[in-house]
Amino acid sequence: MKTSLKWIKDLVPGLEVTPQEYTDAMIMSGSKVEFYECQDSDLEKIVVGRIEKIEPHPDADKLVVCQVNVGSETVQIVTGAPNVFENAIVPVVLDGGKVAGGHDGSKTPGGIKIKKGKLRGVESFGMMCSIEELGSTRDMFPEAPEDGIYIFPEGTEIGQDAVKLLGLDDCIVEYEITSNRVDCFGVLGIAREAAATFGKEFKPPVVKETGDSDDVNKYISVEVKDTDLCSRYTARVVKDIKVGPSPEWMQQRLRSQGIRPINNLVDITNYVMVEYGQPMHAYDLSTIEDNKIVVERAKDGDTFVTLDGQERKLDSSVLMICDGKKQVGIAGIMGGENSMITDDVKTMLFEAACFDGANIRVSAKKIGLRTDASGVFEKGLDPNNAIEAMNRACQLVEELGCGTVCGGVVDVYPNKKEPITLPFEPDKYNKILGTDISKDQMLEYFKPLEIKYDEASNTLLIPTFRQDLLSYADIAEEVARFYGYDKIPTTLPKGSSVKGGISDKMKLEKLARNVAEYSGFSQIMTYSFESPKVFDKLMIPSGEKEREAIEISNPLGEDFSIMRTLPLNGMLTSLSTNFNRRNKDVRLYELANVYIPKALPLTELPDEREQFTLGMYGEGADFFTMKGVVNEFLEQAGLNAEEPEYTSEMKVHDRPYLHPGRKADIYYKGTLIGYMGEVHPAVCGNYSIKSRVVVAVLDVPAVLTFSKEKTIKFSGISNFPASTRDISMVVPKDIVVGSIEKAFKNKGGSYLESFDLFDIYEGSQIKEGFKSVAYSLTFRAKDKSLSDDDVNSAMDRILKALEGMGIELRK
Amino acid sequence: MKDKLQEIKEKALEQIKAAEGAETLNDIRVAILGKKGELTGILKAMKDVSPEDRPKVGQMVNETREAIEAKLAEAKAAFEKAEMEARLKHEKIDVTLPAKKLKAGHRHPNTIALEEIENIFIGMGYEVVEGPEVEYDYYNFEALNIPANHPAKDEQDTFYINKDILLRTQTSSCQVHMMEQGKLPIRMIAPGRVFRSDEVDATHSPSFHQVEGMAIDKDITFSDLKGTLAEFAKEMFGEDVKVKFRPHHFPFTEPSAEMDVSCFKCHGKGCRFCKGEGWIEILGCGQVHPHVLEMSGIDPNEYQGFAFGVGLERIALLKYEIDDMRLLYENDTRFLSQF
Repeated sequence: MKTSLKWIKDLVPGLEVTPQEYTDAMIMSGSKVEFYECQDSDLEKIVVGRIEKIEPHPDADKLVVCQVNVGSETVQIVTGAPNVFENAIVPVVLDGGKVAGGHDGSKTPGGIKIKKGKLRGVESFGMMCSIEELGSTRDMFPEAPEDGIYIFPEGTEIGQDAVKLLGLDDCIVEYEITSNRVDCFGVLGIAREAAATFGKEFKPPVVKETGDSDDVNKYISVEVKDTDLCSRYTARVVKDIKVGPSPEWMQQRLRSQGIRPINNLVDITNYVMVEYGQPMHAYDLSTIEDNKIVVERAKDGDTFVTLDGQERKLDSSVLMICDGKKQVGIAGIMGGENSMITDDVKTMLFEAACFDGANIRVSAKKIGLRTDASGVFEKGLDPNNAIEAMNRACQLVEELGCGTVCGGVVDVYPNKKEPITLPFEPDKYNKILGTDISKDQMLEYFKPLEIKYDEASNTLLIPTFRQDLLSYADIAEEVARFYGYDKIPTTLPKGSSVKGGISDKMKLEKLARNVAEYSGFSQIMTYSFESPKVFDKLMIPSGEKEREAIEISNPLGEDFSIMRTLPLNGMLTSLSTNFNRRNKDVRLYELANVYIPKALPLTELPDEREQFTLGMYGEGADFFTMKGVVNEFLEQAGLNAEEPEYTSEMKVHDRPYLHPGRKADIYYKGTLIGYMGEVHPAVCGNYSIKSRVVVAVLDVPAVLTFSKEKTIKFSGISNFPASTRDISMVVPKDIVVGSIEKAFKNKGGSYLESFDLFDIYEGSQIKEGFKSVAYSLTFRAKDKSLSDDDVNSAMDRILKALEGMGIELRK
Repeated sequence: MKDKLQEIKEKALEQIKAAEGAETLNDIRVAILGKKGELTGILKAMKDVSPEDRPKVGQMVNETREAIEAKLAEAKAAFEKAEMEARLKHEKIDVTLPAKKLKAGHRHPNTIALEEIENIFIGMGYEVVEGPEVEYDYYNFEALNIPANHPAKDEQDTFYINKDILLRTQTSSCQVHMMEQGKLPIRMIAPGRVFRSDEVDATHSPSFHQVEGMAIDKDITFSDLKGTLAEFAKEMFGEDVKVKFRPHHFPFTEPSAEMDVSCFKCHGKGCRFCKGEGWIEILGCGQVHPHVLEMSGIDPNEYQGFAFGVGLERIALLKYEIDDMRLLYENDTRFLSQF
């Protein structure tokens, strides 16, 4: 929404403020000003002058030398403009003045200074201006020539301020109006706010009774069939129409709104829409059959040609304006080609109605046609405003002499909207605000807002144009707005304190971040939605559970259309970005959700599972480095009662996106808590990463279950010496060291303190199908020095178990 | 005897003085104080001294030994000191050589900003909670006073899964979950991901983060809202930051406001950063609408309070002077490593 400041000042006569003062105060009372622009900020010393004499330039064919009378003097100006003639009345910028830009329409911030000078040896003391040089356009001033100096009508007084004469001495203020303040989508609404803000009187136009002795009912009848979508329909008739230009004052106000003046009829409808915030429509009455308007829903499959010549598809939710035989307009959106006003219109039907906002919004979307009118209607208008706008329009018709208004109005308004009353509760308002504003002061604030107080019933009567005032909280805001938000005290809540803090899950996230970061991983954030093509990129075969993803019904495009079921695409995409930008040795992690539907299509909310995902390439990016990071995290998270188990037997998902020989599911106490591995080289290829990539994914909720068990208990330090035994084994290749370690643990007894792998070897000195594995085992007791017998018996048990597995000892 | 001792002492001291290193000192010690040393020899000869003179001679011998030992120790310390000084001198390095880089990872700027916000509110007794990202329409809209066909629903360009389930457009849904639990009073903040169908550009992203806040008790007022958020702004942006509350409209709060902070780059003078205005819009807030309280089972005649919502990316972009929102989701390590 925008308004001219001059227009506002005309409606609030006592208002004397600078644009900045106006803006600051309006913002603080709740009408948010986005910006303002003074049209004349770069225009200086521009007056109206008359060209008295034109002579050719002695040295240039395309230039002429003009003597221009600017009232107080006659100045010589050299110009190349083709459209000048003797006695033409023109805008003239004098020596030392400023224009807004070039005459090609380009604007120069700060303006262009005009100084006297010589053009091809002839002195020139200023410049005659085109409309573009004055900062406007031919769109706003259609009478301006396409390429030349603006020419004023004959008889225009010379010497006066040309900027003022053109109405460019104005400041245009642009507001962000919130959806609850429908009344402020009209200039009158803003002016009412301005009056209340500055404590000045608001003087809206006085609308007089209009119409001759003729009766509108002879010309038209109205039937509203679908009253749920049209709460009010008013119609009046104008005959003996004389189409012509509208007066300069109206044109200037329309221009200030960025609306191009066209002719008196069109201008009046536009003017009233801006002034009252009520869209109007005009039909050529001669096209209306049976002298009848019917308001009803379209039928499924109907088509209709709007006045822009486009055929529109309709359905039964779209409200139409019809005559006795046919459809003549889409209610609140656009009129029809078959009933539009043409230059030879004789009699016209004016419509000011109130349509259901939600329906207009849905219909406009459905038809794909959002107009200025539908944009206003969809906010949900006050039906009481419709008749006022209608009468204002008819008054303007009479004032402008563009026709004869028929007496009377057809007004179909079955359920009149009455103002609501609210109890006046000053204590409640103060309690919400934390203020101590007096009752009388509050009532003062209400007056300019036209909220009336009835002392007998202690109630407030809310005008119907304030549809946003429905409860005591709304009234409290009105009090606060005019008391001043800045004057409300600044305090901290008193009373009962609450224990603040974060949840166990958030503590675990913090821990994950710390472990990841000190291991060199940086945090990333990626989108929750992605393309279904991701599954192909990750080589997940069809039918696999991981493909069962939630679809967004109105996505931004296929690339953002499903909710991710695994976090790898985000990670691999980010690694790919880095790889292809030649960033070396990259380590990344993410903490974010995947979305696992319980059933598809979705009937209840999905399981949102947070995944701790790590990924890396470059130096040190190998399986066991990653395994170390994972183990460190699990240990710190309190999953240290036993060691996590890594197995390459994938029981839940096959995880085809990982290297078949270098992948593992991670279990803790028999529960799957995550997986890790090298990314399959073909998948790396799909992401254009020409390097080995290692990833790990931990399911945060699963880890959290065990993390909660975490207990820290000191188990003492033994003061007795340790005994170590080294064993070297020849092991069949398919036996994993995990099972050897299991044998140590199961058979080593309570004295086995630790064991460390110190060599693993496959090669020429070992027989085919075997590998050499060497461990160092440490034994210690808490309460005694171990004897050789103690250690030997433990070793015997271990060796026996190893032999049972087909493992030979190397001597 | 006395002279003999004196002679040994003087000779020893002279040798110590002339010694060139710790090893020479050891030789001297062995030669005089060792098992076969001169002074030891004199002690061995004590049996020839008359019994009445023995204590006196013994004392003299000891005095001599102590004097020599003290001198030896002194000389040894001096050699060690000199040696260390020489080594330290040799070990001098060029301290301007480049540092060895620690390879710790970096936290995402969103997280850094979030942790700051969380710490401020935890300090004021707020609990940090979470809510679902895929949410029922009821929690995202209806329970927040945004019924079907309300224009605010359009303004927020919602991603729908079906007619009842959507991707939440605001963390305000967490307000409703919190209130429904019925544990009063409430002081909570709820950070999280939200989604709106905005095309990606320098200032928009279809997925971003908000932090919701809410305080409900018997008498929490709009002035408490002002005080709490002013405190937050000071801690977040600096002690000298000023705040301004402007009336605004949100369906679920009444009265509602937007909070601006004085530009913390130019201190309100107006700069590129605040687009010349001297103020930067930070958050939306207001007193929880009585109807919203009521819908979630809280009696608005007994309880009242405030709520607010902050855009996390907005704070991160402002605070760390990041000029393009896309950088936050591209995850280029050259970007991430600056935080």
